[in-house]
Amino acid sequence: MGVGIQVENLNAWYGTNHTLQDINLHIPANHATALIGPSGCGKSTFVRCLNRMHETNPIARATGVVKMGDLDIYKDASPVEIRRRVGMVFQRPNPFPTMSIYDNVISGLKLNGFRNRRILDETVERSLKSAALWEEVKDDLKKKSGASLSGGQQQRMCIARAIAVDPEVLLMDEPASALDPVSTSKIEDLIFQLKTQYTIVIVTHNMQQAARVAENTGFFLNGKMVEFDSTHKIFTNPSDKRTEDYITGRFG
Amino acid sequence: MSLTPTSPMTDERNPQSTESTSVLPTLPRPPQVSLPGAPDSGSTDPVAPLSPIRAYLNARGSGRIADNTFQAVMLLCALSIFLIVIFIFFILISRSKLTLAAFAFKFFTREAWDPVSGDFGALPFIFGTLATSSLALLMAVPLALGVAIFLTELCPQKLRAPISFLTELLAAIPSVVYGLWAVFVLVPIMRDQLGPFLYKTLGWTGFFEGSNFGVGLLTAGIILAIMILPIISSLTRDIMNAVPNSQREAVLALGATRWEMIRIGVLRNSRIGIVGAVMLGLGRALGETMAVTMVIGNHPNIGKSLFAPANTLASVIAGEFSEATGDLYLSALIEIGLALFLVTIVVNTIARLMVWAVTRGAPARAH
Amino acid sequence: MSTQPIGTPRPSLQTQISRASTIRRTATNYIVAGLAILATIVVIAPLVAILAYLLFKGASSLNLAFFTHIPAPVGEDGGGMANSIVGSAIILVLASLMGIPIGIAAGVYLAEFGRGKALATAIRFTADVLNGVPSIVMGIAIYSLIVIQQKHFSAFAGGVALAIMMVPTITRTTEEMLATVPHAIREAALGLGVPKWRTVISVSLRTASPGIITGCMLAFARVAGETAPLLFTALGNQFWSLKLNEPIAALPLQIYAYAISPYDEQHRLAWAGALVLILLIMVSVTLVRIFANRGQLKGAS
Repeated sequence: MGVGIQVENLNAWYGTNHTLQDINLHIPANHATALIGPSGCGKSTFVRCLNRMHETNPIARATGVVKMGDLDIYKDASPVEIRRRVGMVFQRPNPFPTMSIYDNVISGLKLNGFRNRRILDETVERSLKSAALWEEVKDDLKKKSGASLSGGQQQRMCIARAIAVDPEVLLMDEPASALDPVSTSKIEDLIFQLKTQYTIVIVTHNMQQAARVAENTGFFLNGKMVEFDSTHKIFTNPSDKRTEDYITGRFG
Repeated sequence: MSLTPTSPMTDERNPQSTESTSVLPTLPRPPQVSLPGAPDSGSTDPVAPLSPIRAYLNARGSGRIADNTFQAVMLLCALSIFLIVIFIFFILISRSKLTLAAFAFKFFTREAWDPVSGDFGALPFIFGTLATSSLALLMAVPLALGVAIFLTELCPQKLRAPISFLTELLAAIPSVVYGLWAVFVLVPIMRDQLGPFLYKTLGWTGFFEGSNFGVGLLTAGIILAIMILPIISSLTRDIMNAVPNSQREAVLALGATRWEMIRIGVLRNSRIGIVGAVMLGLGRALGETMAVTMVIGNHPNIGKSLFAPANTLASVIAGEFSEATGDLYLSALIEIGLALFLVTIVVNTIARLMVWAVTRGAPARAH
Repeated sequence: MSTQPIGTPRPSLQTQISRASTIRRTATNYIVAGLAILATIVVIAPLVAILAYLLFKGASSLNLAFFTHIPAPVGEDGGGMANSIVGSAIILVLASLMGIPIGIAAGVYLAEFGRGKALATAIRFTADVLNGVPSIVMGIAIYSLIVIQQKHFSAFAGGVALAIMMVPTITRTTEEMLATVPHAIREAALGLGVPKWRTVISVSLRTASPGIITGCMLAFARVAGETAPLLFTALGNQFWSLKLNEPIAALPLQIYAYAISPYDEQHRLAWAGALVLILLIMVSVTLVRIFANRGQLKGAS
């Protein structure tokens, strides 16, 4: 089951570059929230702050409060613990090239020491079915390497890998931007199913995609969050003129 | 499944599909909409049991201790490289205390080498080292440049890999094998054919006086040249390859011949790097031990003749260390080792800086 | 010029000069090309000569006795280099056990933890410089440290001397191979909540392992042929010895001893030993080449 995220006064820097400025936001549980905005506006940085991946960069810094339910993810837990509860799917599929499909999917469990064979087998099947990939790979699970699949299949496998650890939140940073239209629509269908179980935050530069899958949308511009509201309102009657300019294509 | 934005969604997705009045696609209407600022409850069912996976992962610690320990161990091993250098320096100094005290810096300017009376001076070996290294560079650098130019600019693509592989094989031959070949092949050639030939043709220069037994400065210089060739050539090739093609094309577009393109477009840009490569070859020549020991004649000597037996800093250690009776003798040899250590470090540091300055950005090769 | 029809202007001085200089420039071009090819032949010739000589002089002496017997007493015929081959193997195993883990760990630090730090740059530079220190210096340093303390020569001291030669080489190759691992898969592992140490071992090292093994083999091949560091540490031994704290025979040491001896019989054995040594090294270098290509493909997929 998903959990809601409360963000208060989040600021982030890359070196001296003030990438995120005073973000305040509430992401509701078990819904899909889309983040849109032009390139470089900070939306990727924002989601990376939600699972503390931002700080893996040596020159990166963040201040503010991010709460998952009642838990302050910066003060009450370590990055490793948070990342086990907040999964991430990256822009480009990044399967582990030396591992089979099976090992890729349960890598989050195996590399954390989980050994129960029966549960691992079940998890692989369940995750691949949730990711709509099971039928295509079920005969080659241990024979094929994770990197030998097509781009769209790799990304669905990465989604399966992320949900295999049973997270509460799933962050998706432009998951379909590197894929062909058929794979893209398969992944969008996926998100639709997944949001009943997880809280989903999806970064996208594709406004139609945001409109298709998310209940709420936030519009980022130059490191600030300009507007956050129901998707319907953002796209039909935005409050801020900058939002309207963006969605009608005046810039970005 | 439709891909165009204006078609209505399928029924599974949107049971309440309506027509949109804007150009934007029809939107799903979720049952509840949370507005920003309103906190909502966490998991929808707080009493539901956690899945075994979630329970397991929640119970796993942060791994902070393991992470810190791991990093510390890796750091320690990395620092060991500093430790090795520092250790060598200190142990060589401490074991050469006797001669350091007895002779101070004059050790390197005196010509004596008489273990019996305890009179030591390293000048003959400095001479031997410099002479053999200079000879080696004189012979090796033009050849190495030639090979590098051939392999980077002139060689047909298919031959490039095998020939460069061959030159790298040269680098893999151990010093003692070079020495073995030099003793039984090069020395007789020098004694019977090359030596007399050089005396006849170039004897007027005074470099070829005295009896020629095949061993000596020239023979050592030749085998050294063969040994340092691969380093200079492969590094020069790396440096030349690091020059961007735009430079070559610019010169060609001005109507240059291929050699002119190489000279102006490539060599001029990589001058510093090539000097660095040559210095690395020099560094290797300075420290080369076994092959030199086997063909240099092992006799402390300073003189003009290239046929004369001599000794280098490295070869005197190899040749006399096991016979070093007496602490002063041993200390003298160790001090020579210390000098060799410091000189090669300085030469290699300067050389690496030069090469690094030119190949910054291009991937480095490990040697 | 006399073939031109009347009325056309004579070629100017400039055209005459540039025609001459074109000839000169073209000639220079061809001469240099010729010199370059000549240089390549001159460089490859000694290699061919050495290998040919080794084969010619050494192959005939390679019989079963060579691989199973220890050296015969001075002046007698026969004997072999069995103890040297085994001794070399022992020293190399010792050196590898000490040098490979430390070298790989140092490389891991430089690639995974030290990116961008000044300390890492200093270590990297020092490793490169250390690679250029003459091996005889390493030998007398270890002599001063271990042999003098223990008051005897030993295989162990020889192993340490070779190990400190392996460390800088393996450090640099490990670092370079780890740098080829795409950052995206490290992020994938970190994003799953895998701790950093586990990510380094199970993702970075595992992906780069073909290249890292290649680097270790290169370092191994390089120290296998080293004589100078063993002269005053392992010393050499005419008899069978497998003990780690006694002098031990080694192939390069024995080749050296035989090469400078006055006996023809021992010269013959030196050639045979050199052939065996070269073959072992060449096999390693060629295997490295094969593995390196496969490793590149694997890492890129």
